[in-house]
Amino acid sequence: MSDATTDDPRHLRAPPRRPIRLSWSDERVRGLVWQVLVVGVVVAIVWWLVRNTAHNLEVRRIATGFGFLGREAGLPIGEHVIDYSPTDTYARALLVGVLNTLKVSVIGIVLATIIGTAIGIARLSRNWLLARLASVYVEVIRDLPLLLQLLFWYTILQGLPGPRQALNPVDGVYLSNRGLKLPWIEWQGAHTAALLALLAGVAGAWLYARWARARQMADGRPRRVWPAAVLLVVGLPLAVWAAMGAPWTVDRPVLRGFNFTGGLTVSPEFFALLVGLVTYTAAFIAEIVRAGILAVNQGQWEAAQALGLRHGQVLRLIVLPQALRVIVPPMTSQYLNLTKNSSLAVAIGYQDIVSIANTTLNQTGQAIEGIAIIMAVYLTISLSISAFMNWYNARIALVER
Amino acid sequence: MFGTIRALGATVLTLAGVAAVLLPSAARAQQQPAPAAAPAANTVEAIRSRGTLLCGVNTGLAGFSAPDAQGQYRGFDVDFCHAVAAALLGDPGKVRFVRTTTQNRFTALQSGEVDILSRNTTWSFSRDTALGFDFPAITFYDGQGFMVRADSGVTRGSELNGATVCVQPGTTTEQNLADWARANSIQIQPVVIERLEEVTGAFFAGRCDVFTTDISGLAATRAAQGPRGEQYRILEDVISKEPLGPVVRQGDPRFRDIVAWTHFAMVAAEEFGITQQNVEQMAQNDPRPEVQRLLGRTGELGQMLGLPNDWAVKVIKAVGNYGEAFQRNLGPLGIQRGPNRLWTQGGLQYAPPFR
Repeated sequence: MSDATTDDPRHLRAPPRRPIRLSWSDERVRGLVWQVLVVGVVVAIVWWLVRNTAHNLEVRRIATGFGFLGREAGLPIGEHVIDYSPTDTYARALLVGVLNTLKVSVIGIVLATIIGTAIGIARLSRNWLLARLASVYVEVIRDLPLLLQLLFWYTILQGLPGPRQALNPVDGVYLSNRGLKLPWIEWQGAHTAALLALLAGVAGAWLYARWARARQMADGRPRRVWPAAVLLVVGLPLAVWAAMGAPWTVDRPVLRGFNFTGGLTVSPEFFALLVGLVTYTAAFIAEIVRAGILAVNQGQWEAAQALGLRHGQVLRLIVLPQALRVIVPPMTSQYLNLTKNSSLAVAIGYQDIVSIANTTLNQTGQAIEGIAIIMAVYLTISLSISAFMNWYNARIALVER
Repeated sequence: MFGTIRALGATVLTLAGVAAVLLPSAARAQQQPAPAAAPAANTVEAIRSRGTLLCGVNTGLAGFSAPDAQGQYRGFDVDFCHAVAAALLGDPGKVRFVRTTTQNRFTALQSGEVDILSRNTTWSFSRDTALGFDFPAITFYDGQGFMVRADSGVTRGSELNGATVCVQPGTTTEQNLADWARANSIQIQPVVIERLEEVTGAFFAGRCDVFTTDISGLAATRAAQGPRGEQYRILEDVISKEPLGPVVRQGDPRFRDIVAWTHFAMVAAEEFGITQQNVEQMAQNDPRPEVQRLLGRTGELGQMLGLPNDWAVKVIKAVGNYGEAFQRNLGPLGIQRGPNRLWTQGGLQYAPPFR
């Protein structure tokens, strides 16, 4: 619209300037006064709160400031992604908590998306049984409070036998009330290199697909992408790993003393939290996906089929781009919900940021700082998710004219 | 289930406590611009004008503070609040109990939500200095220990290498455990669960090999299991000193004195053989001068505290002497007097002289 009108020279001229009169009847003066007043009141309230808090804390002889972050924490943490011991500082303990929160959130978001999409599509299936089962799942799961579900999963996992009577479904895999124990390779340099090669392969495959598409646009011939993609994504990491001597030492869990040692452990606390969050959020995602697909007019399918596109192509090229436009914004809310709901971890003993910050504020007695840290962490994570999803939403949005 | 919802409520309460620090005493702070005047300096007047003592207690620890079948709080820590109410208000019933968790108890006291915390709280250096609290007396000498399944074969703490340990957060217990493990080069895997009900539930379900807390707490937890409790063993290792007692806000010496001397009156009463039964009779005709001063027949000790002179009689009539309160609440759990015997019997409970 603006493009059309700026050509008209009459619109290039600025409106005539009115002198500002210091009068209540001048709209601009009124606006300015109100804005100054509102900002002034907000600043005054904040200043009063800060000053008053500082005064009260001083009178009650309560320590303030973030100096405690550098002190030795002395608190034990069961699960940590990075190295941690009780001799480390509060700052590192809190970092461990943040990483634990991120761990359960990221894995949870990926799994909830996959499971939720599958259930959403299943609910639209022509198979009567499948559609009913999906409906029952959605209705039951989303009607029960999440906390109840978390405690349910945790109680179930506690009902498993002890480590000495652990279930052993596959050789080397043990399931007990201490968690799931899996064999795991001993991590070496070659594995890191292979992981980097995998990332490089994914990037390469993406670039190749882009190039193939650009060529197709130029000459109209479709090109096969998948052979090269498989070679890059699977072949490249394998080749790197083999070139570095193909190390393969499996660290198997062994029952020693009280518990298993070695191998990879999935703790009951983490597993209960993950299962609870994923099943709960998946029910909401299923409804969002269903709504998104139903939002695409049936005529779109028919028109695409009339063009001679195959079923998969119709879904990928015609239906999904339109459905995603409906799906992505509410999906962002669900991702945020899952992340924030992970704070219910305190109830079942998974040491996320809330759990560790709570302990910190209790040992240091500095509640305001502790709560501020929790708020800052969740705000940062949530704003990051929002920013990413908004970027993605803008990218996939239909270009409208 | 509702327990956990309450546990989350505890977090909300912490937030509320923070808000309380931020907001309500604002008006007072502005009336008293001099920072030397502590805002909570008149706890005694506040309690008198309110007519009830606000007492922060444990949500449920058998023997110390737990609701009975009628929903009334009973226990050793609960009785201490009744004793303070008897001394200060003349009526042991004028107490309102506020349930506090390990996490929100200090915020509750700091923000003035409770007047006194009688909640098996350990007196430690940093709590006394950095948190703005006073610990007037030690009502129970405790120590941290371990409980294991009897059939695990463990008899000493040094055999716990590799064990999974259930522990509550926000207590000195958590730090003691880490310190002890480090000092003894023992690897432990902690499982940290906030509420007592859930952490003991996890232990009895077998999630952990060991449950660690104060030995009195271990005994209470085991006793609550009924006959099943015999399947569990409390190890003899004591890895820390846990002097438990009431906590008050710093900067109010008068209230602090009343709390401290309420405890000492109970200890002195046991030493002099004054009981719930015979206290009135002894107040009339016991010839010993110190007993007469304690029970207010001679001297003006009560007035020095700002209380009626028969304050100690009311305390002892309400809850009995120290030994009676101990036996009534902790005896049924099988907790021995141990270091909590009187100093005359080789224990640590000692009251300064009443003169």
